[in-house]
Amino acid sequence: MASATDKVGRWHVASRVFAATIPAFVLTNTTGVLLALIWPGGQFPSIVTSMVSAFAIYTAIILWIFAVKRLRTVWWTMLGGILFTGGASALLLFMGVGQ
Amino acid sequence: MIGSFRQSMTWLHTWAGLLFVWIMYFMFVTGTLGYFDTEIDHWMEPELAALETTPRDERIATGLAYLQENAGNAERWFLSFALDREQPHLRVNWTIPAQEEGGDREFGSERLHSVTGEPLDEIARDTGGGQLLYRMHYLLHYLDRDIAYRFIVAAITLIMFIGMISGIIAHKKIFKDFFTFRPKKGQRSWLDMHNLLSVTSLPFLIMISYSGLLFVTTMWMPLIAVGSLGFDTEKASDLIGGFDIKVESAGEPTQMTDVIALIEAAEADWGEGSVHGFQVRQPNDANARILLSKEESFSRIPDTRVYDGVTGEYVQSLELPPSNALNVASVMIALHEGLFAGISLRWLYFLTGLLGTAMVGTGAIYWVSKRRKKYTAGNESFGFRFVEVLNVGTIIGLPIAVAAFFWANRLLPFGLENRGEWEAHVMFAVWGLCILYPMVRTVAVSWRELSWIAAFAYMALPVLNAITTDHGIFSSVNRGDWVMAGFDLTALATGVVFAVAALVMRRGRLAVTKPAVMSTAETAPST
Repeated sequence: MASATDKVGRWHVASRVFAATIPAFVLTNTTGVLLALIWPGGQFPSIVTSMVSAFAIYTAIILWIFAVKRLRTVWWTMLGGILFTGGASALLLFMGVGQ
Repeated sequence: MIGSFRQSMTWLHTWAGLLFVWIMYFMFVTGTLGYFDTEIDHWMEPELAALETTPRDERIATGLAYLQENAGNAERWFLSFALDREQPHLRVNWTIPAQEEGGDREFGSERLHSVTGEPLDEIARDTGGGQLLYRMHYLLHYLDRDIAYRFIVAAITLIMFIGMISGIIAHKKIFKDFFTFRPKKGQRSWLDMHNLLSVTSLPFLIMISYSGLLFVTTMWMPLIAVGSLGFDTEKASDLIGGFDIKVESAGEPTQMTDVIALIEAAEADWGEGSVHGFQVRQPNDANARILLSKEESFSRIPDTRVYDGVTGEYVQSLELPPSNALNVASVMIALHEGLFAGISLRWLYFLTGLLGTAMVGTGAIYWVSKRRKKYTAGNESFGFRFVEVLNVGTIIGLPIAVAAFFWANRLLPFGLENRGEWEAHVMFAVWGLCILYPMVRTVAVSWRELSWIAAFAYMALPVLNAITTDHGIFSSVNRGDWVMAGFDLTALATGVVFAVAALVMRRGRLAVTKPAVMSTAETAPST
């Protein structure tokens, strides 16, 4: 086990741990906002649905971060994911959804 | 990250689990005991009756008289009058508004004797009780409440949930593993046991960790609500806070209406016994409002009716818009707390909690036994020693510390200032000593010796109880006080379990850290 960690490298692990905390948290929130905006069935129920699922989303993102082979894939996907979900949410809000 | 998906998940499971294993164990132990919090309260406050039987209207009158006398200038009263397992005593809470600009509100809370109105804290010994033990489950101890609950415990719950999901993935053959137990095989036996315990209690474990996360969702994820409303915080708080009302004081002292008539009117619609308490906003004021809520086991957000506190007229109802997700969350949280559970289901909760506790413990032991063969005796790395010592010092030491908490309740002098706090100090001091023990006595013998100490500490509790109070097991049974007797019997059974564990270890059948057993060739898959 220790040898496997050594092989990957401490910096590598630290980078993923960091990705799993703040960036994954941001992505969870932007995904949650998007989900709340597009989920059918009224504003309040869709916000609650999104919030109740939030920790499941967070967990899935974290597991994925530790599963992916290349560190570069982790960071590009996180960045792309945040930009996409955040951007789409901003666009929907701008169009008047959720008002 | 490392090799296959399954291998990556095994890596995550191992290290996320190991780093926080002892605090998870602590949360499991105190949380499992928390399912019997009021029963433990009763044992720790033998001066109080298990359940009072004063008629309802008399209890309400007692509570109101106390509030009128001690908190007449409050902005909010709360009186909980239904006596049941969860709330065996009459309880009043109040909030007094800040007396000066920028001052703090004053919060008060008291349990009352249902006939005399005497605060029970003046009758019973000063103790943290089962409530303190239960609160440690989510507030830990010696830490700021907010930091402990919102950050530490919440983050560890998330890590536990991650550990469970990655643990499931780490299994190649979850179904086959369930039927696999290879005893007396050292390391492999610990893994089998860890698997068996996890799979058996898996639905409980998933429920308990995800619902644990739901407790903090609004603290961790408020941005989802605020963001999806276009960062309109006012709208967000209206939507979420729409469940409450604001009542301003009119500044006109007025006689209030009879609350019992309102309770009877509400119960006519909701059913007999469905109101367990009531709130008064701006008591004794012309604007007074009385709030009655329908008691529902599976809902945190019950139907609430607001009445005019002076005329008794119905004003409005408070409810959130219907939402399936909210129902799911409410049910999950109700399942977590298990307040609805009767005595047999409560035992099932307790036993499943113990399975979870054992799952955490065996996982930690497996980590050590798997690495044991890398080291010759006396040549272990610091990290290995650290884990090994904390394992025995916590897995056996924490139960000893909990027993010490109960011992302290019976033995600390009554006059001691902050006696209730001292019970906790004793508990943590004993836990600390149990961690030092293996450093002095070697880990190998500590498992057995600490198990004997635990066996003694629990088996002697009923004796201690019989000596220090007149609530010994036989007089409790005579009196029909099965809660008190049940505690003693459970302590006795716990002691027997530790004694059996110590005997088994003496015969060397369950080697926890014996290097010799680990030297045999291992066929376990690399994890």
